[in-house]
Amino acid sequence: MSVVAVPERAARPEPRARGRRVPVVSIGIIAVFVLIALLAPLLSPGDPYEQSLRLRFRPPVWEERGSWAHPLGTDRLGRDMLTRIIWGSRVSLAVGALAVLLAGAVGATIGLVAGYYGGRVDAALMRVTDATLSFPVILLALILAVTVGPSFTNVVIAIAVILWARYARVIRGQVLTLMTLDFIAQARIAGAGAWRIITRHLLPNTLNTLVVLVTLQVGYVIIVEASLSFLGAGIPPPTPAWGSMIAEGRDVVTSAWWVSFLPGLAILLVVLAFNLLGDWLRDTLDPKLRQL
Amino acid sequence: MSAVIDVRDLRTHIVTRWGTIKAVDGVSFALGEAETLGLVGESGSGKSMTCLSIVRLVPRPAARIVGGAVLLDGNDLLKKTDDEMQRIRGRTVAMILQDPMSSLNPVFSIGMQMREPLTMYHGLRGRAVLARAAELLASVSIPSPAARLRAFPHQLSGGMRQRVVGAMAIAGPPRLLIADEPTTSLDLTIQAQYLGLLKELQQRHRFAMIFVTHNLGIVARTCDRVAVMYAGRIVEIGPVRRIFAQPAHPYTRALLESIPRFGARRERLAAIAGQPPDLATLAAGCAFAPRCPAAFERCVEAPPETEVVPGHATRCWLHVLP
Repeated sequence: MSVVAVPERAARPEPRARGRRVPVVSIGIIAVFVLIALLAPLLSPGDPYEQSLRLRFRPPVWEERGSWAHPLGTDRLGRDMLTRIIWGSRVSLAVGALAVLLAGAVGATIGLVAGYYGGRVDAALMRVTDATLSFPVILLALILAVTVGPSFTNVVIAIAVILWARYARVIRGQVLTLMTLDFIAQARIAGAGAWRIITRHLLPNTLNTLVVLVTLQVGYVIIVEASLSFLGAGIPPPTPAWGSMIAEGRDVVTSAWWVSFLPGLAILLVVLAFNLLGDWLRDTLDPKLRQL
Repeated sequence: MSAVIDVRDLRTHIVTRWGTIKAVDGVSFALGEAETLGLVGESGSGKSMTCLSIVRLVPRPAARIVGGAVLLDGNDLLKKTDDEMQRIRGRTVAMILQDPMSSLNPVFSIGMQMREPLTMYHGLRGRAVLARAAELLASVSIPSPAARLRAFPHQLSGGMRQRVVGAMAIAGPPRLLIADEPTTSLDLTIQAQYLGLLKELQQRHRFAMIFVTHNLGIVARTCDRVAVMYAGRIVEIGPVRRIFAQPAHPYTRALLESIPRFGARRERLAAIAGQPPDLATLAAGCAFAPRCPAAFERCVEAPPETEVVPGHATRCWLHVLP
């Protein structure tokens, strides 16, 4: 007969009521890539445009013929892969941030206006939104990018032109719910005009949703940009962009795998980090948004 | 009596797919300083629509104010421009709504929300705003008001929140306060306190008050006069005591009989037979006639407003002298 000491359950930290643990890894990855993008001129070992045809398709340092001169190898023009991936992060993150902010600003405004005014304004704006949402994203972006010509600004605009609709839809839905609450009526009774109600009462109450949507979409935008660049409709060469780097390596994937694989890995890491962060934000800030 | 608010033959129609609803159909009443009118009637009788028409916030475009006059200290609110009206709302005519749980913006602290009316109405800035806000909270008996300014709505109880709404409503201070069932969602003891508070504020600021409610008990306690609405019309209006003692309209009588009374013999409460009328398909005559125990041939015509005694009027053929 022995009395077994039951380990104290209370010693374990209480699970948080809402959400999961802070995704340190995601935040870490994002922070590292943002730093890399900001400090690219300082960090990169060489010039991303410098070619050296004698040093084409050098493998990364851990492979047989690799050397520390090019730690991640070189591409078919003998350009340093590490340098190009570092500079490529600027393109991906800048496009991601700018396109999402632009789309968010436009979409949120349209959603707020549609939800607040209702009636015909709402109907008209939502039909446009539906029409935009019914287009396949890549196809529309491709058409836009090709017709206006590939450039950084055009890629940002092309992506924003497609993505605003999602914000508009979600924000409008939230505004409709908010409009039934008495504090909006109370504000109106207190003499607040449309501008005041939209900016002071509706917008602050939709910020949670906006933050979640923006974070979740950064990853998506990076993929869209990479796809456009891969298809040659994105950032024009020779500017290093992860998507076009993958495209450049696709013919030699069997012999020089690193040319495609390494930029692909970078995309994977960043997108995954943003998605996990977005998921966590959604669960923490706004559990009602499960469907996003 | 110089009237603070004088509503004359107010008419508000709602256009729907099934026809035009006369939600407010010729409502008239007047109120003096520090006077309270109870507006009672069942759901859909036009009480809230009357109040919204006074502040011109009827749900557009379906609802439209089609006629009448709303004189506030002699100025017709229906003739004001939208901008003028926006300045009148809140400042001169304030309103308290039913649900204290949702009548404050959840993402701003109490202080931030109170700043809004104070800056809008009085142009106060900086410290003066906070000082005045704390003063207002104190005047609605909120303990440690300065600390409460930093609280968020979810940290306050329902009664407390409704007090904050009250404090914002008297920021003007208003000439007319419309309270649309302000105590329905509060529990009974808090209700009594809140009603006491409203009366106290009224004595201090001398505003006229329109009190919308289903609850005749509240009317008896807080109002000077009562207007009973049915199908968009005031069917009876007069001093509270008089109407409780000698209701003239069969509908008012039925309403009073359906209140449980303390100490009365236990028997089934009298209910009013039938359903509230469908306002879209209203016949020309008295709207209550189909449910009225005393209905007779003349009820197919609309009854005129008749004074039973001075100050007590009703719309019922029973009181029209032949």
